[in-house]
Amino acid sequence: MSMAAEERSLRAPWALTAPALMLFVGVLLIPLAMTVMLSFHDWGQYKGIEAVFILKNWHEIATDPYFAEMFWRTFRIAILTTLLTALLGAPEAYILNRMSGRWKSFFLLVILGPLLISVVARTLGWALLFGGNNGLVNKLLMSLGVMRSPIPFMFTETGMIIALAHVMMPFMVLSVWAALQRLDPQIENAAMSLGAGPATIIRRIIMPQIIPGVLSGAIIVFSLSASAFATPAIIGGRRLKVAATLAYDEFLNTLNWPLGAAVATLLLVALVLIVIGSNALIERRYAEVFR
Amino acid sequence: MAYLELDRVAKQFGTQTVVDDFSLSVGKGEFISFLGPSGCGKTTTLQMIAGFLDPTRGAIRLEGKDLTAIHPAKRGLGIVFQSYALFPHMTAAENVAFGLEMRGVPRAERSERVRAALAMVGLAGYEDRHPRRMSGGQQQRVALARALVIKPSVLLLDEPLSNLDAKLREEMQIELRQIQRTVGTTTILVTHDQNEAMSLSDRIVVMSQGRIEQIGTPQETYEKPASAFVSQFLGKTNDFAGTIDRTVAPTQLVAGSWRAPAPAGLGGPVTVSVRPERIGFGDTGLSAKIITRIFQGNHWLFQCDSECGPAIVIRQNDGKAQPAEGDAVRLTWRPEDMSVRARAGA
Repeated sequence: MSMAAEERSLRAPWALTAPALMLFVGVLLIPLAMTVMLSFHDWGQYKGIEAVFILKNWHEIATDPYFAEMFWRTFRIAILTTLLTALLGAPEAYILNRMSGRWKSFFLLVILGPLLISVVARTLGWALLFGGNNGLVNKLLMSLGVMRSPIPFMFTETGMIIALAHVMMPFMVLSVWAALQRLDPQIENAAMSLGAGPATIIRRIIMPQIIPGVLSGAIIVFSLSASAFATPAIIGGRRLKVAATLAYDEFLNTLNWPLGAAVATLLLVALVLIVIGSNALIERRYAEVFR
Repeated sequence: MAYLELDRVAKQFGTQTVVDDFSLSVGKGEFISFLGPSGCGKTTTLQMIAGFLDPTRGAIRLEGKDLTAIHPAKRGLGIVFQSYALFPHMTAAENVAFGLEMRGVPRAERSERVRAALAMVGLAGYEDRHPRRMSGGQQQRVALARALVIKPSVLLLDEPLSNLDAKLREEMQIELRQIQRTVGTTTILVTHDQNEAMSLSDRIVVMSQGRIEQIGTPQETYEKPASAFVSQFLGKTNDFAGTIDRTVAPTQLVAGSWRAPAPAGLGGPVTVSVRPERIGFGDTGLSAKIITRIFQGNHWLFQCDSECGPAIVIRQNDGKAQPAEGDAVRLTWRPEDMSVRARAGA
């Protein structure tokens, strides 16, 4: 190859990816870098934002137990939501996969339903079902004598977890479903012919093969739940804040942008570390299934 | 006495009959092939024996016991699937050990039998490999070892070689036959490949559209096809339209200008089937013209246009001169090399 041709072949990939690269840098990297920078700036009630480099905001987050409580709550809600979607979503996907064609597409639509409805309508719907003494489900349960007092829903972590699990379910179901599609259609028959009963087939043959799907679904659900804004904002309001609503409040109510930026940056970094870490762990542990 | 017996078995899906009136008795240690084009019901029949499908009518008996009453997990049959259906999250040894584990075989005996089974299929030393890190042929062997290690009463093979390339397939055919002879397991092979069926089986069950066309040894089904379907499906054949002439004595079978004493029991219009390798060039017989001549190393392939329609002739390359393209020839064969059937609709 001549020198010129070699040079051209080196330049071509850069030239071809340049438009996308520029867009990516413009709308993602630059604002992100500016947010990180902002978190090191100073802020005062009367002086506003001062473009200096100080660790005041980070120091505040690290020492004030208020922030620790917020972040701990955020991750507790995200973990419990993930567990709930995994416990319900994996069997759901397995049952869905065994349905015949027409029912399969109908129930797939039902599962995807939450994604098609506006977050406000969906969350308020949950509030109508459970909210206070007049909620439909609470009324029913109480009139049946199952419980004396209504299940608290609004302004509770339980409410947030239920509402989040509802909207996150499609991600878990689809992810497990994708893993189920990779299964050899004869694999259950093969296990059966070797003498395995239905419970053994699920435990020894199906489960180990869909666990990677459950885990990758869990990563999606966890990161989306931890950074969710609308659902916690409607159900938790100002009383029960999570990291995302906290950052929002710092930006728009307190107007302390640098502190808000520090909260947002911490949330982002924590999430990226958790996702990358667990992804690496999964890929190493289940290398054989992923091949 | 029959070891495995299928008695007028039928399977319907809705209104569609996929298998009908299937009766077969298999002797202990026999190697049987179900041969037919796709959709002929051969796999459905195999799945009914395995228990993945229940027959709509009829009975399946193993050593006189009703097999359909037994749950598939308790039938104790070894099955090799077309896709192998190995457990990808288990090593080769774990795959083979699974059936023994389900039977509660103690650990020490289990690992001994797994090692022996893998050695038998030529995979000693591959115990810790995962299926996805093995070639198609190796996966095939693991699947065979997994099916055989449980000492199955019957081994069912569902197109096990169709995913292998031609050379490997031939090697596996020989090996499969040797292993089956050594362990002596009664085996049923489902295949659409006539060469595979012929080289492996003791008897072939030729199927078409859910029905048995013929049951016989490979030689019988090839030499004496019971129907036009069998003669067409098993190798190449020439079908000539002929008639039995009763106006002369003794009665004669006439196809174009080829004639011979008529076989007993037939009259009127008939179809004469002759294999291409049984036709020779002679001084008398069916007159034909050679359209193409193809040299294939050990034999010549002639495509001819005869007075009774197109004909294929295969001649051994014995070093003698062969007729060229465009030559007028006479096609002839010995009466015992043909099969004659009454011609329908004429």
